[in-house]
Amino acid sequence: MQMSSRMKNILTPIIAVLLGVLVGTIIMIASGYNAITAYQALWNGAFGDIYFIGEVIRQTIPYILAGLAVAFAFKTGLFNIGVEGQLLMGWVAAIWVGVSFDLPKIIHLPLAVLAAGVAGALWAFIPGYLKARFRVHEVIVTIMLNHTALYITNQIIRSVLSDGKERTDMIADSASLRSVFLEGITDYSRMHWGITIAIICAIIMWFILEKTTTGFELRAVGFNEHASQYAGMNVKRNIILSMVISGIFAGLAGAMEGLGTFGYMAVKGGFTGVGFDGIAVALLGGNTAIGVVLAALLFGGLKVGALNMPLEAGVPNELVDIIIALIIIFVASSYIIRWFIDRVSKKGVK
Amino acid sequence: MEYVIEMLNIRKEFSGFVANDNITLQLKKGEIHALLGENGAGKSTLMNVLFGLYQPEKGEIKVKGETVKITDPNVANDLGIGMVHQHFMLVDTFTVTENIILGKETTKGGVIDIKTAEDEVRKISERYGLAVDPQAKISNISVGMQQRVEILKTLYRGADILIFDEPTAVLTPQEIKELIQIFKTLIKEGKSIILITHKLKEIMEVCDRVTVIRKGKGIGTVNVNETNPTDLASLMVGRDVEFKTEKIDATPGVEVLEIENLKVKDSRGVQAIKGLNLSLRAGEILGIAGVDGNGQTELIEAITGLRKAESGSVKINRKNVLNLPPRKVTETGLGHIPQDRHKHGLVLNYTIGENMVLQTYYQKPFSKSGVMNFKKIYDKARNLISEFDVRTPSEYTLARALSGGNQQKAIIGREIDRNPDILIAAQPTRGLDVGAIEFIHKRLIEQRDQGKAVLLVSFELDEIMNVSDRIAVIYEGEIVAIVDPKETTEQELGLLMAGSKKKEAGEDANV
Ligand SMILES: Nc1ncnc2c1ncn2[C@@H]1O[C@H](COP(=O)(O)OP(=O)(O)O)[C@@H](O)[C@H]1O
Ligand SMILES: [Mg+2]
Repeated sequence: MQMSSRMKNILTPIIAVLLGVLVGTIIMIASGYNAITAYQALWNGAFGDIYFIGEVIRQTIPYILAGLAVAFAFKTGLFNIGVEGQLLMGWVAAIWVGVSFDLPKIIHLPLAVLAAGVAGALWAFIPGYLKARFRVHEVIVTIMLNHTALYITNQIIRSVLSDGKERTDMIADSASLRSVFLEGITDYSRMHWGITIAIICAIIMWFILEKTTTGFELRAVGFNEHASQYAGMNVKRNIILSMVISGIFAGLAGAMEGLGTFGYMAVKGGFTGVGFDGIAVALLGGNTAIGVVLAALLFGGLKVGALNMPLEAGVPNELVDIIIALIIIFVASSYIIRWFIDRVSKKGVK
Repeated sequence: MEYVIEMLNIRKEFSGFVANDNITLQLKKGEIHALLGENGAGKSTLMNVLFGLYQPEKGEIKVKGETVKITDPNVANDLGIGMVHQHFMLVDTFTVTENIILGKETTKGGVIDIKTAEDEVRKISERYGLAVDPQAKISNISVGMQQRVEILKTLYRGADILIFDEPTAVLTPQEIKELIQIFKTLIKEGKSIILITHKLKEIMEVCDRVTVIRKGKGIGTVNVNETNPTDLASLMVGRDVEFKTEKIDATPGVEVLEIENLKVKDSRGVQAIKGLNLSLRAGEILGIAGVDGNGQTELIEAITGLRKAESGSVKINRKNVLNLPPRKVTETGLGHIPQDRHKHGLVLNYTIGENMVLQTYYQKPFSKSGVMNFKKIYDKARNLISEFDVRTPSEYTLARALSGGNQQKAIIGREIDRNPDILIAAQPTRGLDVGAIEFIHKRLIEQRDQGKAVLLVSFELDEIMNVSDRIAVIYEGEIVAIVDPKETTEQELGLLMAGSKKKEAGEDANV
């Protein structure tokens, strides 16, 4: 019996993670650190305390949405490297609405979230349109638009949302995702209501792709444009739509940071990295909704837990970045792992 | 030792499904041995076992009398077994030589010695009359040439037993002739050949013996000079096969498709259709005969909306559909069996069930308020699968996993089921076996008998002569003649297709 492909899809990321941890261990030992204490510190820093759990979830929220953005585009045959830029545009749009109005929460908060989604969508529309209309590769356009977004948002913060300051005002309470209740049960972590939005978005992504007629078209176009055209689908429209939906998820990731975690936006010297981590999250999650949620949780845990490593074990948290990087490498080379699983499961029957 | 290869009582299963059940094939030195069977009979599987790509569950393989275990293709290579696969495995951006030495590079001081390799490739090419340019880039050479590169690859690796998996399926008639010549040279040089095919003509022409398999079971081996195509066909299919599909005379009705002065450019901007006129009536099959590349593809794409036409008109049921989007054209009552089933006909990564609704997925009951109803879709798929005899493990199997014939039956089922007034069938039987061809021809004629119009485009004269009620000959983007299949000969058609314009027929065509 050959292993089923589903089983392989589940096993591959797990093995990638284990390999990342293993090589990370070797690096730690080689640099003279105690790997066991280090991992203990990582674990404690992520799950050792209800406060940390709250923080992990907070970190997971934008990862889920960024991961969904990448995964959605990927499932429909596009590589959206521009999640970072779309996220920044979403963030600034959410803050803009958050600081400019004074409305009842029931209107203000949804409006701010919506603005973020629209901003992300518009930013993703550009590469979608260029690809559909002129066959310009989306990877090139999205990379350039990431930089453009960084400078545009910085400029908006300085000259529109403040008088030459380095950060915006705090948003109105009525636009905030912060939750006294969630903070209360997690020992005053910054966990916020965004988690419900992230989960709902994961369900929406699954539903669109697997259950709707639109999803049927989007995936078909991703697999085979010629056959889709033959079947009467509007290939160009579908390419643009795919980028736009992906951009909405990315924009919402920005809203989570703006309306949830921070409540403001500051001028940035460089990228947040969340958009790029989204690529790894999607890859590790096999581009499925549930996989993305789980992978985001893992990345959130690593990111938050890493902060504890210098304190408790004296290990620099750059090491965690190395481990994350290793996991990404192993996931990216997952076909090697697949090949290995194939070998082993074949040997098993002989 | 009489046999160079003996495959004895081979059994190969795919997760419970028996693809090869107790099959025996013995290859004599210096013979061309045909492996005959319908699509999905298990021919490729058996050869992949011999080539080390699959491990058999049971059975024994002997090479030159010695029992061997062929665990992977490298072992097969070392045993002198080479295989030319149905789908070529070449790197497009590499040259011929680079492709041939890939994985077996000759090096000089750690650097690939391309010069020596090129000389070697040229030498082999000349010896076997392959006429391959070692420096040409794969992407610049024809499919026929690419196949020769695959042959060269096996010879370069020292193969003396060559397996060909349906080599003629992708070739033009001229290329087939040349390939047969190459086979003869190979045999003269001491090679032995296993040839997978379901073209009975080819077997009768070049092979010495035939091993027939049917639905995974070995039926037996016969000498070619003691058999005939009719017997072979019934051995293969398991019942008597009619080569010439019986049909009653057509009773053409109203004109349903009318093409006037159509002009279309091809992808390179060259005028491919130059003011073409054509009319098709309900209840008839109009065959378009012509050599590949005379505008057939562009004509069909223009009719179906897949390609923008320059000018002219295409009327379906008196409504001009020229340059409408494909779906608008489809909905006026057009079914289309596309020439390239992998490119246009199927989404290979979709299940066979999803492919069955590729043209109707957005309609009720498959889609309601934007939500798919997969239960209804797979119910439909199950019906079509049984009605059109699509052999597939289940309706949830990816289209990719089906054999060509079954993929084609799925497409035909999908298109006919929509009950279109006009059915365009482009090369509907390309690469299929006699059983499937018979089935498809019957279906086309059945459509005609139900009062539908069928436009059949084919490069196979047999098919055109056999199935059509009228034949239009296309040459350099124009219809140069319209003839009655009962009053013409293959010779006459051949001449017309080659451009010797028949005066009065040419005038007829402009009516
Ligand atoms: N790798 C595979 N996994 C599962 N089924 C397969 C596989 N390869 C072939 N089959 C099945 O085995 C049967 C024989 O296939 P194949 O050998 O390709 O037929 P042929 O070459 O005679 O057309 C088919 O029903 C096909 O669907
Ligand atoms: Mg085959």
